[in-house]
Amino acid sequence: MNWLTEYVRPKIRTLLGRTDVPDNLWHQCPSCQQMIFHRELEAAKKVCPHCGFHMRATAAERLTWTFDDATFQRIDLPKVPLDPLKFRDSKRYADRLKEAREATKHDDALLVAHGLIGGAKAVVAAMDFAFMAGSMGAAVGEGLVTAARLAVLQHAPLIVFTASGGARMQEGAVSLMQMPRSIIATQMVKEAGLPYIVVLTDPTTGGVTASFAMLGDIQIAEPGALIGFAGARVIEQTVREKLPEGFQRAEYLLEHGIVDMVVKRGDMAAKLGMLINMLGYHRAEPKAA
Amino acid sequence: MSSPGSINIADEVSRLTDKADKQLRALYAKLTPWQKTQVARHPDRPKAGSVIAGLITEFTPLAGDRAFADDLAMLGGIGRFRGEPVMVIGTEKGSDTETRIRHNFGSPRPEGYRKARRLMELAGRFGLPILSFVDTSGAYPGIDAEARGQAEAIASGIDACLSAPVPFIAAIIGEGGSGGAIAIAAGDSVLMFEHAVYAVISPEGCASILWRDAAQAPVAAEAMKLTAQDLKRLGIIDQIIPEPVGGAHREPEMAVAALGDAIASALAPLAGLSPTALRARRREKFLAMGTALAAL
Ligand SMILES: [Zn+2]
Repeated sequence: MNWLTEYVRPKIRTLLGRTDVPDNLWHQCPSCQQMIFHRELEAAKKVCPHCGFHMRATAAERLTWTFDDATFQRIDLPKVPLDPLKFRDSKRYADRLKEAREATKHDDALLVAHGLIGGAKAVVAAMDFAFMAGSMGAAVGEGLVTAARLAVLQHAPLIVFTASGGARMQEGAVSLMQMPRSIIATQMVKEAGLPYIVVLTDPTTGGVTASFAMLGDIQIAEPGALIGFAGARVIEQTVREKLPEGFQRAEYLLEHGIVDMVVKRGDMAAKLGMLINMLGYHRAEPKAA
Repeated sequence: MSSPGSINIADEVSRLTDKADKQLRALYAKLTPWQKTQVARHPDRPKAGSVIAGLITEFTPLAGDRAFADDLAMLGGIGRFRGEPVMVIGTEKGSDTETRIRHNFGSPRPEGYRKARRLMELAGRFGLPILSFVDTSGAYPGIDAEARGQAEAIASGIDACLSAPVPFIAAIIGEGGSGGAIAIAAGDSVLMFEHAVYAVISPEGCASILWRDAAQAPVAAEAMKLTAQDLKRLGIIDQIIPEPVGGAHREPEMAVAALGDAIASALAPLAGLSPTALRARRREKFLAMGTALAAL
């Protein structure tokens, strides 16, 4: 499946099918409340042209925006055992998974693709917050390991876009084990002498932040993105004081030395291309087999 | 010299003790996951500090992360386990109000995980096996902890566990709470006490998010598969350490001795493995967890 069938066609279908619904053509910015015409919003990569607010994006959009000429090759990710705990809360996890798959048209919360960025080859893994809040279960963990193997095989850097509420609770300790598993993925890339770059997008929290998302050789965040370990409510209940202004936002992390830079979405692909070219992975030769 | 009457009383006492033991044994064999959570959190349960006191001789605490502070929620130091030098780390909850406050109820801040990482790296340089004792409800959720990079500290802790060029035995002795636990528990062999719990979130937290009601914690505990028995079946832990009748808090010394035996048997097959072999073996073990589930 390529980006055309994955991303562009469903969009076209949506537009053709609903031209009579005007609110589909206009979007309201959740930050400044101004109305934005859909074409303008898409051209601006879902950044409000009035106030600069970065709206949440899907994994497919990330891939399209990041690779040169929006051209890339998606790879299939390994199937993992579904619902290892036979988990059920108010609904069966198996049903939640099915619904998320139908709604997003993806198997789980991670897409992996390879292509060129700034003329240099790269592997990109992008999380999809729309799929069960981008939560990390066995499928995401396995997807990251696969992305790392692909990067090593292609002798290309690995770039990960994060967007996640944390661990997938419905997979219990299996989801906890994805923390070491995803970190092994980052080790594979680093051991091969390849750059591992993390782009933290809104929101990135919990066990995802506390694993592969914080171990990038270079850590980038999108403006205003919420990035943290513990949830604001839990912290407030624990410390019983009001959280500081801008707490756990990208700019706060920059100020506290936790990320290297905050990069606007419109500049992201160029910045990534520049970085991976400078890090010079392309000059290194793969180890003799 | 005893009369025939006192002999009868002694017999009767021993008979009743046996009966009570049997009942306690039966009761503890059928604990629900939520009851196990309570046992795992029992105030009299052996804590990391008492486990260290019971198993490690010449224990020499080492302090600090060299950057900010010494986090007393994270114990660490060098000592001897059955005569051999080892590095020990562990989360300490404390056992009364004063010690609980001193140890921040067993919830480390970033400096705690950075101290653990420093000690793991130190152990690697000198070839000391690492023993970790996990008992925490989780990493501390505070403003200061976030400001100093709690997430990065945990991630780097896991990274250090996986990179250690020495044998690494982790034991979940009470509560293994989420990322704050795995930060010091990604070892070659993960042991777990019979009534300990290990989970991605507390049952109360899971209940309040998925059931929107913290009072559903017993139901969540059941669904989460957080017991040693479930985790062994899922291939997430390697060995269950039996507890004395009625739980480790009734006979802490006996429980600690059983833990010592389990550590010794877990260390034995790792002796003589090269740093490269150890790391490869550990990595393979965690990577295989995905496929192991498929076989269930
Ligand atoms: Zn706006």
